[in-house]
Amino acid sequence: MNAPMNPRKLRITTTSLSGCFGCHMSFLDIDERLLELAALVEFDRSPITDIKHCSQHCDLALVEGGVCNAENVHVLRELRANAKILVAFGACAVNGGLPAQRNHLDVGQCLSQVYRTPDGSATAIPDDPELPLLLDKVYPVNEVVRVDYFLPGCPPSADTIWKFLTDLLTGRTPRIEHPLLKFD
Amino acid sequence: MSETSNANSFSIDGQRIPFTPGQTILQAALAAGVYIPHLCHHPDLKPHGSCKLCTVIVNGRNGSACTQMAMPGIEVENNSPTLNDRRRVLLQMLFVEGNHFCPGCEKSGNCQLQALAYDLEMLAPHFRHAYPVRPIDTTHPDVWLDLNRCIMCELCVRASRDIDGKNVFALAGRGVDSHIVVNSPSGRLGDSALSIDDAAVHVCPVGAIMVKRVGYAVPIGERQFDEQPISRQVDYLAARHIPIVPVAATEER
Amino acid sequence: MSVSAEISSLIEPILQRHAWRPDRLVQILREVQEAVDFISDETAAHLAEALKIPYAQVHSTRDFYAFFYRENRGRYRVLFSDNITDRMAGNQALFEHMAKRLKLERGKVSDDGLVSIDYCSCTGMCDQGPAILVNNRAITRMTLRRVDEICDLIRGQVPLDKWPAEFFRVDDNIRRADMLLGTPHEPGKAVRAAIARGRDGMLAEMKLSNLRGRGGAGFTTAVKWEACRNAPATPRYIVCNADEGEPGTFKDRVLLQSYAGRVFEGMVIAAWTVGASHGFLYLRGEYLYLLQPLEAYLAGMRAAGLLGRDIGGVAGFDFDIEIHLGAGAYICGEETALIESLEGKAGRPRVRPPFPVTSGYMGKPTVVNNVETLCKVTEIAINGGAWYEAIGTKQSTGTKILSVAGDCARPGLYEYAFGVRIAQVLEDCGAQEAIAVQVSGASGVCLSEREFGRRIAFEDVPTAGSFMIFGKQRDLFEVARNFAHFFAHESCGFCTPCRVGTVLMKEIMDKIAEGRGTQYEMNELLRLQQVLKPGSHCGLGQTAGNAVADTVQKFRPAYERRLAETDFVPAFDLDAALSRARELAGRDDAAAHLGEEA
Repeated sequence: MNAPMNPRKLRITTTSLSGCFGCHMSFLDIDERLLELAALVEFDRSPITDIKHCSQHCDLALVEGGVCNAENVHVLRELRANAKILVAFGACAVNGGLPAQRNHLDVGQCLSQVYRTPDGSATAIPDDPELPLLLDKVYPVNEVVRVDYFLPGCPPSADTIWKFLTDLLTGRTPRIEHPLLKFD
Repeated sequence: MSETSNANSFSIDGQRIPFTPGQTILQAALAAGVYIPHLCHHPDLKPHGSCKLCTVIVNGRNGSACTQMAMPGIEVENNSPTLNDRRRVLLQMLFVEGNHFCPGCEKSGNCQLQALAYDLEMLAPHFRHAYPVRPIDTTHPDVWLDLNRCIMCELCVRASRDIDGKNVFALAGRGVDSHIVVNSPSGRLGDSALSIDDAAVHVCPVGAIMVKRVGYAVPIGERQFDEQPISRQVDYLAARHIPIVPVAATEER
Repeated sequence: MSVSAEISSLIEPILQRHAWRPDRLVQILREVQEAVDFISDETAAHLAEALKIPYAQVHSTRDFYAFFYRENRGRYRVLFSDNITDRMAGNQALFEHMAKRLKLERGKVSDDGLVSIDYCSCTGMCDQGPAILVNNRAITRMTLRRVDEICDLIRGQVPLDKWPAEFFRVDDNIRRADMLLGTPHEPGKAVRAAIARGRDGMLAEMKLSNLRGRGGAGFTTAVKWEACRNAPATPRYIVCNADEGEPGTFKDRVLLQSYAGRVFEGMVIAAWTVGASHGFLYLRGEYLYLLQPLEAYLAGMRAAGLLGRDIGGVAGFDFDIEIHLGAGAYICGEETALIESLEGKAGRPRVRPPFPVTSGYMGKPTVVNNVETLCKVTEIAINGGAWYEAIGTKQSTGTKILSVAGDCARPGLYEYAFGVRIAQVLEDCGAQEAIAVQVSGASGVCLSEREFGRRIAFEDVPTAGSFMIFGKQRDLFEVARNFAHFFAHESCGFCTPCRVGTVLMKEIMDKIAEGRGTQYEMNELLRLQQVLKPGSHCGLGQTAGNAVADTVQKFRPAYERRLAETDFVPAFDLDAALSRARELAGRDDAAAHLGEEA
């Protein structure tokens, strides 16, 4: 792959909101191409680096997972505020994905069911401010912040991710088509 | 005179398409190996014209290729950026209107809605998701009905009425509240006259009507639209006939 | 799953009257609901069995029409007409007042099952609004006092026919009469004249007249008639489209109330010309109050030999008319949807071609004409096509009736020769400070001041008759938003672009109204219009985005002043989306809330 004209390494930040980290695993599946990538980019806040917050100027944010609770919203907003380009990364980020299967249920019923006392006689939903509150539904990322690119797939395959990133890093509009384009 | 003004041909995007009188633009196109995107059309059923994916421009006017008759010398615009942009928007509308989650759907890879979305490079549903609450009916011994995935194409309605002679399904409601209802006193599929051999069971282009106990018998990756995009499977689209019996169902039965 | 003996005994005579004919299903459902207040699943199943049709077919038809109810909506079902002109006349305050007095929520029935209130689409009383319907009976000129009186009548369980007659008074408000509204009617004259001209002669006069349909599309009537006449199949049918649902239109209501003879004689002449034996008047459900007088009028015509056998003494000229009622579906104004409804089905437009002239009602050749068009036919029969053709403009002959409503001193009907300028109409009705006129209803065109020099004519500003005026105090964004809601409510759901697109458009308009819109939403509106207009199955979807597109172009500041000062606002209210969990966890700390912005 051709080196970008800008010698500065691109800063990438990644996160998984209401997701399963499967998209991140798929990212790691680009295998030896990671070395090629490492020559061009550096990772900022990400599960890969364990950096807890974004530095101010990231070039690219990969957001896995839908938005299911207040914490997701805060994390997503931090990435949006600090990245030039934000990518909805994987099926859940694109349309809520499997976590959105709860969307036809009342969130109150979900909570009551989960926090029932063992004998079923009462519910004790915790009120600890440390715990993020659930949103009424699981939402796609683009319904909460502006999104620049969508990369669907559950997860997007390593080849799909690689195609997307190399397009982006070489200044082409990313294009994902058959057989790389998959929703599952 | 150009070739396209022949008494028995017309043109699509400049390509000459022969036709026999009585054929629609879509039928003639598919017979000639030319792909026009479509969802609510099936070769065994009368044209319907509701999904609007096959909208083409005929001599400057918009029309559904599936309902409009082929006529000598007409000029049809089909595979153009403008029309494909519109088609992508229609697909996005269908995706946000229902609950379409491919990773958990047994129809994935055989689904025409999904295949069209891949082919038109729809990366996301774009609009605000409605996340409607829709019922699932599992009361039938062999077939289940998941209206979350229904796209109101009425293929099941037409197949049941026109091929099976049963009227098991009907479209009820209005506008965004449109929904398929089942013809039985209880409204449940299990109490209806539907049988697994019915054409109506096998005509659903999405995962709304599914045969039970065949889950993932054909692995993902080996399904109808995995090998080639739908736009390169014109022969299949033109020739498929009901029942499209799922591979595993034939084995089982 | 069976109905009570009482309900069964109420339904039986209705079925009998309709001879258990499934193609009468819409009429049967209407009468059943009138008798037993709503059509439960049990009642629907009972009807399906009695009519020997699928249960699903009864459900499908029942659930399509806004005026049929699956669940009990009370013995008194109050609907507030919610056209923009009703809004401008203060219907929302009246609605709130009634809701408060009756302790009701919108769309919910009272605990005692007595009454429910809701909104509905325009009821065609725009010149005497705000208007309501109570069990489909129109009540005009609503005021707070009238709301109080109605609340008392309902609470006192006074039967509707004991309510003050004044409530149900519907005025004609004819402000400017020309050849149609101003000429006295001489019963039978037009029919006799047409018979004297002969079938060919009458068609020739129609061609000379160049009469074009008054329903909006402007198709040449003679061409339609000739195509039907040349269609080999029989019997042939004449349908009068009186499903006047276009918001802001009420001319057909007046014609049927005070000029019914002309409408029916126009149908007889059409039947004479094309060789039809049967006619239908498809009357919108909102005009139920006209049913009895119209039936009486038809009886009079039969007695006078103008309907029935050997009409006008011509052996073998047999033709009769029956009246079908709609049930709250704007789409049934589309001629093929109307025919579906006549056949007892949900009103979803058919694929065209074939056109009704060759394959219409029951697959037979059918002419569908607008009420006003049929009135014009009588003028041509009497005076001849050449005389008629000399009035109006070259491409738009004769006169046109406008239903004028909104911000003007004298709302009502105005009849002009085609070619009249918008400014002239505004002057005549006393609209000094108009900033916009919506011509031809929600599906029509929004004209701004700079266009008031344009003319009413098919070649300039075509119209089905609606003429809604907006004064300088009005907000054109709210006008367009009202129409966006109307179309989302009235879309039949058959085709993808209209079914989904009208709802998306409505939601975006609501988002902008809440101050949560941005330039992105503005672009989205136009993007949706680019799919709705060319891609929809029928005129409803094709025109549904017009008012929005027009006002975005001509009254852009009305949108812009509502936009948020940012480039993105979430699709939903984040803090509200946390409220359920917040409430259950009993929290109200800072972390339990989300602002709009990061």
